[in-house]
Amino acid sequence: MMFNFAPVLPLLIGAFFAALTRGRVRALLMLATPVVGAVLLYTFTPGTTVPVEWMGLELTPVRVDRLSLLFGYLFHLAAFLGVIYSLHLKDTLQLVASLAYAACAVGAVFAGDLLTLFLYWEALAVTSAALVFARRSERAFAAGLRYLLIQVLSGVLLLAGAIAWAKGGHGLEFGHIGTGSIAGKLIFVAFGIKAGFPLLHNWLTDAYPEATPSGTVFLSAFTTKVAIYSLARGFGGTEMLVYIGAAMACFPIFYAVIANDLRRVLAYSLINQLGFMVVGIGIGTELAINGAVAHAFNDVLFKGLLMMSMGAVLHVTGEMRGSELGGLYKRMPKTAILCMVGAASISAFPLFNGFVSKSMIVTAVLEEGYEWVWLALLFAAAGVFHHAGIKIPFFAFFSHDSKHVKQAHEPPTNMLVAMTIAAALCIGIGCFPGTLYRLLPYPTGYSPYDSSHVLAQMQLLAFSALAFLSLKIYKIYPPELRSVNLDAEWIYRRLVPNAFRHALAAVGRVGNQVRSHSFRLVSSSILALARHHRSEGVLARSWPTGSMVLWVAVLLGTTLLLYYL
Amino acid sequence: MSALDHLPILVVLIPLLTAVICPLFQNGRTAWKLALGAAWSSFAIACMLLHQVLNSGTVRYQLGGWEPPWGIEYRIDVLGGFVLLIVTSIAALVLSYARRSVEDEIRPGRISFFYAAFLLAFSGLAGITVTGDAFNLFVFLEISSLSSYALISAGRDRRSLNAAFQYLIMGSIGATFILIGIGFLYMMTGTLNMDDLAVRLPEVADTRTVRAGFAFLTVGFGLKLALFPLHLWLPNAYAYAPSVVTAFLAATATKVAVYALLRFLLGIFGVGFSLMSMPFDMILIGLGLAGILSASLVAVFQQNVKRMLAYSSVAQIGYIALGIGLASHTGISAAVMHLFNHALMKGALFMSLGAVAYRVGAMHISDFAGLGRRMPFTMAAIAIAGLSLIGIPGTAGFISKWFLVLGTLEQGWWPLAVLILLGSFLALIYVGRILEAAYFGTPKENSAVREAPLSMLIPIWILVIANVYFGLNTELTVGLATQATTDLFEALP
Repeated sequence: MMFNFAPVLPLLIGAFFAALTRGRVRALLMLATPVVGAVLLYTFTPGTTVPVEWMGLELTPVRVDRLSLLFGYLFHLAAFLGVIYSLHLKDTLQLVASLAYAACAVGAVFAGDLLTLFLYWEALAVTSAALVFARRSERAFAAGLRYLLIQVLSGVLLLAGAIAWAKGGHGLEFGHIGTGSIAGKLIFVAFGIKAGFPLLHNWLTDAYPEATPSGTVFLSAFTTKVAIYSLARGFGGTEMLVYIGAAMACFPIFYAVIANDLRRVLAYSLINQLGFMVVGIGIGTELAINGAVAHAFNDVLFKGLLMMSMGAVLHVTGEMRGSELGGLYKRMPKTAILCMVGAASISAFPLFNGFVSKSMIVTAVLEEGYEWVWLALLFAAAGVFHHAGIKIPFFAFFSHDSKHVKQAHEPPTNMLVAMTIAAALCIGIGCFPGTLYRLLPYPTGYSPYDSSHVLAQMQLLAFSALAFLSLKIYKIYPPELRSVNLDAEWIYRRLVPNAFRHALAAVGRVGNQVRSHSFRLVSSSILALARHHRSEGVLARSWPTGSMVLWVAVLLGTTLLLYYL
Repeated sequence: MSALDHLPILVVLIPLLTAVICPLFQNGRTAWKLALGAAWSSFAIACMLLHQVLNSGTVRYQLGGWEPPWGIEYRIDVLGGFVLLIVTSIAALVLSYARRSVEDEIRPGRISFFYAAFLLAFSGLAGITVTGDAFNLFVFLEISSLSSYALISAGRDRRSLNAAFQYLIMGSIGATFILIGIGFLYMMTGTLNMDDLAVRLPEVADTRTVRAGFAFLTVGFGLKLALFPLHLWLPNAYAYAPSVVTAFLAATATKVAVYALLRFLLGIFGVGFSLMSMPFDMILIGLGLAGILSASLVAVFQQNVKRMLAYSSVAQIGYIALGIGLASHTGISAAVMHLFNHALMKGALFMSLGAVAYRVGAMHISDFAGLGRRMPFTMAAIAIAGLSLIGIPGTAGFISKWFLVLGTLEQGWWPLAVLILLGSFLALIYVGRILEAAYFGTPKENSAVREAPLSMLIPIWILVIANVYFGLNTELTVGLATQATTDLFEALP
């Protein structure tokens, strides 16, 4: 039974047939694919591995345990929501790429060895880049190329790390790695790039806002979550992650507050949420890992919901800049309400799913005695409410009436359905956290709804709202400007190229001389090669029989001489 | 004795006798059916023989009941069975594909004779792989060579006559050298049976006669297998021969010559003599490398696609020579694997070119412009087989190149590995040129080119799928090649 062992197959086959079919058949097929995949996962028992020997290497393309199963379910759910959301599309490239992308993500979380992980890792890069390219604008093309470059770089680092790791006598198995060795550090950076570590995060805020409306929904669900999964498996309990995570949770807030493109705001907020998860992984206790994983699960739902609502706005108005939007609640009330559910979830309101997982991480941080980190996370949590909970719905749907209000209307039904399902899950998990807790890697005795948690969170939210309000009333709030904000990407998009150019110019004067000489040398040798090898060249033309025989004689003479020596 | 015991001779006799019967039928269609039947039954016998060899060791058969070393002995070991499988399977597939192409390219009155010559060549090649007698090997070599001169001269292009003539001269010189070499060995040992030769040769190995014999044999086989710089007959012969002939010869003839060379080097002289005390390993490595780089480079500049792939064949022979020259278990296994894999990819490529010739009629690279849309299946076949030729992972070509690179690294000769990869890169360029023309070129106006007929596509795609299958499942090829090499190494120290 091939299917029993290949969790990627349903999605992959779905992607293949999505390329061949059109219209209603394709819609049905794409809807069925994630469902079939999820049912297949249900038949898996944790602890199964499928070893394969390939060219003398012991590989484990499929390994099933509680952690990978949870992510497997999550990705199928995300794929299902994404498919519903993109049902109205006729763009084959996008549809095929999104299913293939989901398949690679599923494959990556079930990969039992580093080589298989690497293969899926690179496949993730390629398929996801297709979603950026699918926007088919010049900006998207450039952003997609930068994105692809960084993603492939991450893959190359992973491969280098994996080889070094195997050379170090650890085998290829993907278990706990740790940052103790060079190999570990390489793999750590590779995972870090995909997880959006500070200074390595720019691909995310650069490319995600440029993708297609439904493309971003898929993008926000898979790549970073695969990275979180990999970190949890390979680097659980690495203390450095606590501080990296805290930084990730805090710094994007400032950028998110001043960013104008609302999907870029969400991209920054994605890094901020990843920060919480990374802190959880860094703490490494059972509660913390549970919290990180649960938060990854919830993040896919609420971030997906927010991305979907912004995608709907983009789809309807063709505009994503906060300064040009506003007042849309009059024409898009359903979208507005659904968006606010997402906003409440991401801000961790009690009874919404963000609360039940974020509080786990925060509690774990406090239990392990990281007071400063705890404070940073509190600040980050307040900041989330500020930029994602209030700013997004406020600028898109309320604020001042924009010119788009007249033509705006509710998005296609399939988008609304996808958002409704996501919103229902957000509230459902928020109200009944036990269902999610049962799936987590470790057993929990955790209960989020005690008075201290709820009260603390409500105070936090209330004060954050107060801050927004007062800033707004006293007109100190940074106005929505049509501006471009500098982030660390400035280093590689401006500083490095400029420095490189200057350095080149300086070296150039000396180098020119050397260069022209070597160019002349190379070109003359290429010309000589070409002269002898092109169609009428001495090595390529038809020879007279006599010269052929001459060669035979020469060779016979030479060999005879050599053999006699 | 049951018929099963006669399999070693039947595999040769069936095509040989059918070749005699073929010209009796004026109707080309009937001759084709006979040839097809003969080829497929030989293929079935080859499978049975290989099965027998793998189960119960080397198969021996005494011709006419005369005991060796007086009588002629047929002797099939793993290597022989493997090469026999290559020859018969390619012959069966090429003949299945041949009908439309031959009716298109050969004059109607000559078709029966064409199939007769084809079967003769086929039986000669099959005979080389089964015989255990040095002189008998020469006879089969001549049968196959003489008939292939005739086959090549049957090409539509008038230049094919000249190409066949040159091949005739060169081939005859090669065969003469081989005969002289065998004669020298016979002079010193008084025997022609290969096993017997192997036993008696070490005593007289240090004589000049044996060394001269070795020189004649190596140069003679070098000519037959188109070792650089003895390859000059090959490009034109392949380029101007009928499509079917090119596909068959490119996939089998040089392979069988390599087999014969291996048989003499390892089975008769022994590794110790031929690759250790004689500097033949260095000659093979040097000429192999020169062949890989020079012929690939020529292929890059070629405008005639068939000639381009002919040069690529010379380069591939270079890889095989290099593998043998490494004189290690891995290197020779890689060479044996490449025999099989190269037959798969070149068979598929030249058959696809035949399909293009059938529909388009010309072989210039500009004639391929836009064919990706007009003949999607044929071009897809060229694309996949081309990837295999380059050595992309997941195709058969990758496996043999991988083992070859392993072999060079084993000896610590990493610059060789770099040059091998450079050869792959050159292959990427020339295959890329075909694909670029096919998929990105603008088709000529008002040409009504259609996809090739199914009777051609099916055999092509069987080979293409085999290219991918043997790239993923390496059990058969790697297993057989390593076992064949082990047997050769163990037979003689």
